[in-house]
Amino acid sequence: MTDTRKIDPATNTETTGHSWDGIEELNTPLPRWWLWTFYATIVWGVIYTILYPAWPLVPGATAGLLGYSTRAEVAAEIERVALSNADLERRLTSVDLTALQDDEPLHRFAVQAGRSVFAANCSQCHGAGAGGVVASGYPNLLDDDWLWGGSIDDIAYTVRHGIRNEEDPDTRFSEMPPFDWMDRSEQDAIAHFVRSLSDLAHDPVAADTGAGLFADNCSSCHGEAGQGDRTLGAPNLADAIWLRGSSHEAILRQLGTPRMGVMPAWQARLGEADVRAVAAYVHGLGGGEATAADPSAPAPAPASTAAPAPAPAAADDPAR
Amino acid sequence: MSQNPPALFAAREPIFPRRVSGTFRRLKWLILFVTLGIYYVTPWLRWDRGPNLPDQAVLVDLANRRFHFFWIEIWPHEFYFVAGLLIMAGLGLFLFTSALGRVWCGYACPQTVWSDLFMTVERWIEGDRNARIRLHKAPWDVRKWRLRLSKWALWLAIAVATGGAWVFYFADAPTLARDLITLDAAPVAYVTIGVLTATTFVFGGFMREQVCIYMCPWPRIQGAMMDPGTLTVGYRDWRGEPRGKGGVKRQQAAAEAIGRGDAVARYGVAVDKNAAGTRQARTGEALGDCIDCHACVAVCPMGIDIREGQQMECITCALCIDACDDVMARIGRPRGLIDYLALDDRPPTVPGDRAAVAGLAEAPAGHVAGATQPAWQPKPLWQHVFRPRTLVYTCAWAAIGVLLVVALFVRPEIDMTIAPVRNPTFVTLSDGSIRNAYDVRLRNKHGEARQFQLSLVADGDLRLMLEGGPGRSVEVPADATRLQRVYVIAPPQDPAATGQRSDLRFWVEDTVSGERAYGDTIFNGKDSADARHANAG
Ligand code: SF4
Ligand code: SF4
Repeated sequence: MTDTRKIDPATNTETTGHSWDGIEELNTPLPRWWLWTFYATIVWGVIYTILYPAWPLVPGATAGLLGYSTRAEVAAEIERVALSNADLERRLTSVDLTALQDDEPLHRFAVQAGRSVFAANCSQCHGAGAGGVVASGYPNLLDDDWLWGGSIDDIAYTVRHGIRNEEDPDTRFSEMPPFDWMDRSEQDAIAHFVRSLSDLAHDPVAADTGAGLFADNCSSCHGEAGQGDRTLGAPNLADAIWLRGSSHEAILRQLGTPRMGVMPAWQARLGEADVRAVAAYVHGLGGGEATAADPSAPAPAPASTAAPAPAPAAADDPAR
Repeated sequence: MSQNPPALFAAREPIFPRRVSGTFRRLKWLILFVTLGIYYVTPWLRWDRGPNLPDQAVLVDLANRRFHFFWIEIWPHEFYFVAGLLIMAGLGLFLFTSALGRVWCGYACPQTVWSDLFMTVERWIEGDRNARIRLHKAPWDVRKWRLRLSKWALWLAIAVATGGAWVFYFADAPTLARDLITLDAAPVAYVTIGVLTATTFVFGGFMREQVCIYMCPWPRIQGAMMDPGTLTVGYRDWRGEPRGKGGVKRQQAAAEAIGRGDAVARYGVAVDKNAAGTRQARTGEALGDCIDCHACVAVCPMGIDIREGQQMECITCALCIDACDDVMARIGRPRGLIDYLALDDRPPTVPGDRAAVAGLAEAPAGHVAGATQPAWQPKPLWQHVFRPRTLVYTCAWAAIGVLLVVALFVRPEIDMTIAPVRNPTFVTLSDGSIRNAYDVRLRNKHGEARQFQLSLVADGDLRLMLEGGPGRSVEVPADATRLQRVYVIAPPQDPAATGQRSDLRFWVEDTVSGERAYGDTIFNGKDSADARHANAG
């Protein structure tokens, strides 16, 4: 054994005997404090696994003597936040929604809470950005066209009771009857007329015929000028927004085999505070309208009347 | 050699550095006082920034995500300043290391500075090297306990002060000092002080060179940044070897030797105040200048013998230079047996070839007599410091510095970033106009609230609207960012509404100071969705 030992002449240190490109590694002992540190980390590790949850077992993991659990910490944290918000939440359930904007902290709380309610419950249909899905007929909540009214109270009512939700007696209900009994040419004429209402390309002769048919069959709900009726939930046919498409074919399809969306009633599931919160959030997205009864409300120019600024909350966050 | 395999783990060899005085030691004291002074005093400097901003000259305000440095205020989105400073620090390290070796380690590194301070305390309480060695070997009697405990107590006081000073950089110092004493400060402050106290106490008091050798990556990195032209602490073996005790054989060349000028005074082989000559052992063999007194070893805080050549452990603190210069003065030899020298700067001789070196001594003498040029002249120091390599580093370093300063002066006091809302990219309104939404962040870096006026520059008839009100202006609180949702509406037949996308510029103007800033973005028209689908298809 001694024969194989090699000593480096420059340092008088034994080499490991390994050689790379002619360079041999010195066999220098490690410092002893390093060894102690190593032992200390082992001791630390053992103590840690005894005190804290560590070892995976079949049904779970060892709990640890301290009973520490991140889940419990989160629960406690949620409880703490809920407690600190209890007062705001109570006020939110009783406040007059049209006056909500005057109560800045409460309004900010409602919009923030509404944002998460929306993300968890509404975004599946209306989209994360609330832009709706034309192909499936989920309404865009950002624009200024509202089937049942876009004031904060109207929105809250819709959220509360849903649309065509048969389990809720107070739900809003409208029904477009199928006009499949009409001649194909009559249907065509109505479609041309309807497109003419919003200046889309149409055949003026057919539209003329369609006008009469429309007055006889459609105006009871959609109005003489096709401007719709919010009390009935009848869409405005004279604007640029088409829930199910503005093409001639799309209009014909809706005439022959109408499709009508269903919205669940959220009252029971969310509770009053969350319903109001999400109404405040949606109302603030850019399409919300002032209450019709409010004489001081400015003209329904999009966004200018609604839109409580979420900015003050952001002002607290300088990193953004 | 021992027949037993070497141990796998070795205990630390205790080091008892001796006191030393001299040029470099004085320099080290100076740097120690200056750096510690800066460290302790800085947080207490006040700087009046007005009512809403902190009055501390240097403050890392983590809660508000601001960095205050005298009149400069860095916001998180200006982190490139910090990145630039880090790059400058890196290049500075390259520069200094390639010119002067590990000067950072030897003079400015906190580990060195605090170890030095702790050693000073140790020497003050326990005495110099020999006394400390005796105490180390002595049994643990009352005296030893007394000395050790008082030393540790002082160390601890320094360590607490060290950790204590650190936290003041992160909060208003006077308030925090009061809170710390009344136990009202945040737990993180106490934890920070505790951790820094413990590390200072252990690293500065007990581990010292072990930190440098085993824990710190710099020695490896810095070693790789040096080259043979770098000035580093070394031993002129061609002058010192063979070492040994012996006397000086006087010669007659005194006057000429002194006349040989600076190079020889610095590198002189055989110059004396009174006489020049070569040393001789009693046996008669010629000796170099090293008298093998071990002074250089005794003062070394790293516990190495620099005469064995350059070593990884050496932090180039130059204390061995001071020690040896002292010895050389006493035996009547020129200084510089150990010196800041470059490895490539040595006479063209076989190392240790005494005859050749002695011959070198003759040549300059002859030069003075007017005969021949000296066989070898050391390069002047400045040529080691100013080399192409260091000049490149200096230029790069200075260029970044200039850029940062320029950036600092041209950066606006108001600032805006614009993010178009992309979900959805646009909204059709009932009259057919197209609306885009933007999240605009407005930053007000003034000390008081400001009114920001927003306006729009675009082709066509686009309309700007702020969420939350009919006006065009937004109040941004002092020293804060405000997020404002902004809508831009294009009338139905406008090219912007019917096209794919068009360019848009937002202007923001501070209504008080008139400062302006702009940001560019795009407006998505009706076609943008179709275009996207077409592209995807
Ligand atoms: S201090 Fe100078 S003379 Fe003394 S041993 Fe070191 S190198 Fe030699
Ligand atoms: S050998 Fe020791 S004393 Fe000399 S410079 Fe290096 S670390 Fe300092």
